[in-house]
Amino acid sequence: MNIQSVRRWFSRASDLANEFYNAPYRSAIARAKRDEDDLFMLLVFSEMMGVPNPAAYYTLELQPLMLERFHEWHQRMGMEHSPLDHFRCC
Amino acid sequence: MNAIVMMVLGLGAMFLGYVFYSKFIAEKIFKLDPNFRTPAHELEDGVDFVPTNKYVLWGHHFTSVAGAAPIIGPAIAVIWGWVPAFLWVIFGTIFFAGVHDAGAIWASNRNKAKSIGNLTGDVVGKRSQTLFMIVIFLVLLMVNAVFATAISGLLIKFSSSVVPVWGAIFVALIIGQIIFRKWMGLGAISIIGVLALYALIWAGPSFPIQLPETVMGISDNAQWVLILFGYAAIASLLPVWVLLQPRDYINGLQLFIGLILLYGATLLLGPEISAPAFNSNTPEGTPSMLPLLFVTIACGAISGFHGLVASGTTSKQLDKETDARFVGYFGAIGEGSLSLATIIAATAGFATLADWEAVYSSFGQGGVAAFVEGGANIISQGLGLDVGISETLLTVMAVLFAGTTMDTGLRLQRYIFQEWGNLYNINWMQKALPATLLAVGSCLLLAFGAGGADGTGGLVIWPLFGTTNQLLAGLTLLVITVMLVRLGRPMYYTLLPLIFLLIMTVFALIVQLKGFYDSGDWFLMGLDLVVLVAAIWIALEASAGLSKIRKEQKAQKQE
Repeated sequence: MNIQSVRRWFSRASDLANEFYNAPYRSAIARAKRDEDDLFMLLVFSEMMGVPNPAAYYTLELQPLMLERFHEWHQRMGMEHSPLDHFRCC
Repeated sequence: MNAIVMMVLGLGAMFLGYVFYSKFIAEKIFKLDPNFRTPAHELEDGVDFVPTNKYVLWGHHFTSVAGAAPIIGPAIAVIWGWVPAFLWVIFGTIFFAGVHDAGAIWASNRNKAKSIGNLTGDVVGKRSQTLFMIVIFLVLLMVNAVFATAISGLLIKFSSSVVPVWGAIFVALIIGQIIFRKWMGLGAISIIGVLALYALIWAGPSFPIQLPETVMGISDNAQWVLILFGYAAIASLLPVWVLLQPRDYINGLQLFIGLILLYGATLLLGPEISAPAFNSNTPEGTPSMLPLLFVTIACGAISGFHGLVASGTTSKQLDKETDARFVGYFGAIGEGSLSLATIIAATAGFATLADWEAVYSSFGQGGVAAFVEGGANIISQGLGLDVGISETLLTVMAVLFAGTTMDTGLRLQRYIFQEWGNLYNINWMQKALPATLLAVGSCLLLAFGAGGADGTGGLVIWPLFGTTNQLLAGLTLLVITVMLVRLGRPMYYTLLPLIFLLIMTVFALIVQLKGFYDSGDWFLMGLDLVVLVAAIWIALEASAGLSKIRKEQKAQKQE
């Protein structure tokens, strides 16, 4: 038994422990994160929906980055298609 | 008889049950298919539906279902002697719990991982679904009241455990921060966390803490109940990663260490069982063993709560359908082995029969305290640990389990209140804090309303809690049976346990009803009546549903 096999064994145990630690609460935490992301999305697009947003100028640059998540978001928010005329989605 | 014989017989029987009976159930009855696309793959979203390694899933499932209940129930039930409790735990685990738990995972897995509550609506009927919600609410209500009472009794009797119990919460808070901020890997933290917990346990007997006997006319028991609910309310409102997640993790590790210590010490010491095999000399006021044994031990033999976990979270993470056998059935065996350890501690941990009878002086006495005392004797003699430290160790184990269940239960109850607020458009009820206060209020009402000002109401309702829990299991078995009949497969492997459970629960409810009537306890009598109505309702739904399907099938055959 050399030091490397001990190290490999330890890292495997650590990985399993990690799974064991995270699996039970994965969904609760992912859901909390998603809620925050949804709020963030609202901030980003609020101007286009007619809600005045003081930070609009800064958030405009983020839009290309949000495109992929935009679709899931508007569906979760109960809008079947994109709510914006000039920002089509599906 | 020597406790080692009981241990070998019990563990051996459960092992054989896993090897043979669960294989038969999995292959011939449920027909688990390794190629079936499980919801975890079909609906994978990284949030709820995530395929998970079966050993990890088993660990998660087992630690979620194992709580204080498989300890409290058997520790009370050995008052009728060790043989009845032993047989019910072993055969219950093999033929009832294992089939029920694996079946709940299978049923949910075959229906897009829906919860048993929703499945009842789909498979049996809308009326049953309403019934299901009522039974769940009653179970949650009772579990919180029962556990608060049990914990407060332990904290008073074993005052050395106060420091480690509350210290463990601080350890969990710190661990949560370390992990969240990624200061260390989990391997190192696990070792540090467990060491910190056991250091606290070691130090506990040097710093016993007792509350003043009365503060403003409130007894020490009631003070602990109030403090516990205060804690549970705060804990259930915090984000899960702050406290719940690290504490559950440490608890899980502790559960395995505790089981190994108890079984290891039993093996090394080989204590004789001092309790009678069948107790013919039961204290006055002990109810008849039949049917009360079968509701006193719920968790550890069969428990409806498992179905909620199995269909709520476990089935959404099942990687392969065949894993249901290991995760569900072996999870039930894990819980059965915890109950077996409790029976050993509460029957073989006392030097003489007189010592044992002194502890079990009346029904409801003994209980967890007997588990702690007996188990501590075995551990201290078998492993050479100090008795005080051993007692503290087992008390901490029981209290932390019960505490975990309490704040999870309170959180679930809060969700139910919030859902009702949503349903009936009551705005304030949809907010977390008022809903939590409502949940706490209803539990306190039960804890104090049932047993008077010192908050001992919890243990009075223990058998009632067991009964409700069995009813929940009955509903799950009904869903599985109906599914099996629809598929044209043998139904007796789930129908017979279902019938047995229904007979025993209705029987027990009537016996208790008479007891509450005789003692003039109108509050509990009302509660008992509600559960009784639910039980009879389930029996009617079951027979109506099954005969309808059989008629349909007969009609099809004739065509």
